[in-house]
Amino acid sequence: MSDHAADAAVPEVDESRRKFLIAATAGTGAVGAVLTAVPFVASWNPSESARAAGLPTEVDLSKMEPGQMATFFWRKKQIYVVKRTPEMLASLTSHDGELKDPKSESSDQPAYAKNNARSLKPEVLVLIGTCTHLGCLPKTRFTPGDASVMANWPGGFFCPCHGSKFDLAGRVFEGSPASVNLVVPPYSFDGDNKLIIGVDAAPEKGAA
Amino acid sequence: MSAVIEGKRGFRTWLNKRLPVDEFVATQLTGYYAPKNFNVWYFFGSLALLMFVMQIVTGIFVTMHFKPGDATAWDSVQKMVREVPYMWLIQPMHAVGASFFFIVVYLHMARAFLYGSYKAPRELLWVIGMLIYLALMAEAFMGYVLPYGNMSYWGAQVIINIFGTIPGIGPDLVEWIRGDYGIGDATLNRFFSLHVVALPFIIALLVMLHLVALRQVGSNNPDGIEIKEKLGADGKPLDGIPFHPYYTLKDIVGVGIFLTLFAIVVFFVPTFGGLFMEAPNFEPASLVSTPEHIAPVWYFTPYYAILRAIPDQRLGALAMGLSIAAFLFLPWLDRAKNKSIRYRGLMSKLLLAMFFTAFLVLMWLGLKPADPLYVTLARICTALYFAFFILLPFVSKADGNGPVPERVTYNAH
Repeated sequence: MSDHAADAAVPEVDESRRKFLIAATAGTGAVGAVLTAVPFVASWNPSESARAAGLPTEVDLSKMEPGQMATFFWRKKQIYVVKRTPEMLASLTSHDGELKDPKSESSDQPAYAKNNARSLKPEVLVLIGTCTHLGCLPKTRFTPGDASVMANWPGGFFCPCHGSKFDLAGRVFEGSPASVNLVVPPYSFDGDNKLIIGVDAAPEKGAA
Repeated sequence: MSAVIEGKRGFRTWLNKRLPVDEFVATQLTGYYAPKNFNVWYFFGSLALLMFVMQIVTGIFVTMHFKPGDATAWDSVQKMVREVPYMWLIQPMHAVGASFFFIVVYLHMARAFLYGSYKAPRELLWVIGMLIYLALMAEAFMGYVLPYGNMSYWGAQVIINIFGTIPGIGPDLVEWIRGDYGIGDATLNRFFSLHVVALPFIIALLVMLHLVALRQVGSNNPDGIEIKEKLGADGKPLDGIPFHPYYTLKDIVGVGIFLTLFAIVVFFVPTFGGLFMEAPNFEPASLVSTPEHIAPVWYFTPYYAILRAIPDQRLGALAMGLSIAAFLFLPWLDRAKNKSIRYRGLMSKLLLAMFFTAFLVLMWLGLKPADPLYVTLARICTALYFAFFILLPFVSKADGNGPVPERVTYNAH
């Protein structure tokens, strides 16, 4: 008996109120779930110590002879530094037609390296030694005419993983799986021979 | 229906009142009717389950001695196989097990291609299976990086950089995946966590869903006709036999042969000529020397060959992604009335043969250096690979509608 009385006392369900409450609860829950995911996703970013290890690197180039390449580390990447001879620099002008991006329009380099030699000082080439295709180390093939790379090879770099070819300014040849030139890292000079990798050259120097 | 007799005493009755053991056996094993015309292709489902268990068990023991981290990983693997009793056996079981797992999975997938097992009503069964395959690829890749050999390092470099080709977010995404400016301690530790905790859980869940979906729709068979459509007077399929004991016993024979082959490889040729374990991975990871020729393990090489066949990095990565994603759409690309290749025309047979050939040639090419001749061949095979998926709707509709037998074809042994 009392059950029936209780049933009768139940007011009619307010459907719009119920819908609103369900939507509000679910919405708040969803926002909460997304916000809770933030710390978990963000924990995958580089740690403070990894960031600290990525600070600029200073290297001395005074012992390098023209035509030599030296490699250094910056941010776990090999940095290729080549002291180019006048012949090497001259070789850069001969093959623009065979390059994917001869003017480095769609490639990654600081403004001061967006020139024909792709460098601050023409004789010093600084590149990140990571193939822009998938990150292998391109090997040096500096000898011009090396037919094992390709016919009329002007000298440059060859990636053994997937066969990308780059000239002595790190510009990529047609027919390579890589689409853009090798990346030039930010760098500057302190005096004639001290190279600082990771710090951009001052703008006025870059204009030179 | 309950196998428990009311009022009966004893442990079994006690147990079944609390946990439906007998009911599970009755509905899922002795009461689950599978087609009676299974052939050798039908061993690979249960063998895949066996390999999953094998990888979990051997993995638990390898984890006991493995120390993740760029400074410790390589040494801990060397130490476990040289100094810990019997780890010379258990660690290679785990490493070789990965390759055997993929052999079984590829044959299991090939079976679905042959007999149209992905077609309605088994679309979701196929899609769940493909998700297992994707999770397995992630699991195998991370497992390969963990020992931190030189191929681990450079293989990871190449694979992670594929994500860098995504426009806009690529470079940041790569840094986020690695947790550093290069592959290092952070990368190795998160791969360890995913490899031993997250992905095995996900795979176990997907395998369960795969089996539940299979019980719902029932197994396909080499004739591709539904046994549920021809029921006997007892309501059971005329062409079906109980999964247990008939197929459990048959599967045990398969397990015996399979484990014999597995043992021969583990004991006598664990590297399998550089296919199951690659030579550069017997040197520690080195940031300064790329292996002369980077190739992933054989089970990834078809996609790797597609990746480098395309002379543009973004399009190459896109083609590689599409080549894997295409499998997901198979149930809807195949518009034949008949499922099995047995009752399809010559064009369908040739098309499938072309696809299998292209896949195997790409697998071989992915192991080879990027010489011009090989790249040209890879381009041809990539075209054939995609041609299969493009032509399938037309070919299957044109010649996949011939007559099929009323009952499954079966010769008593």
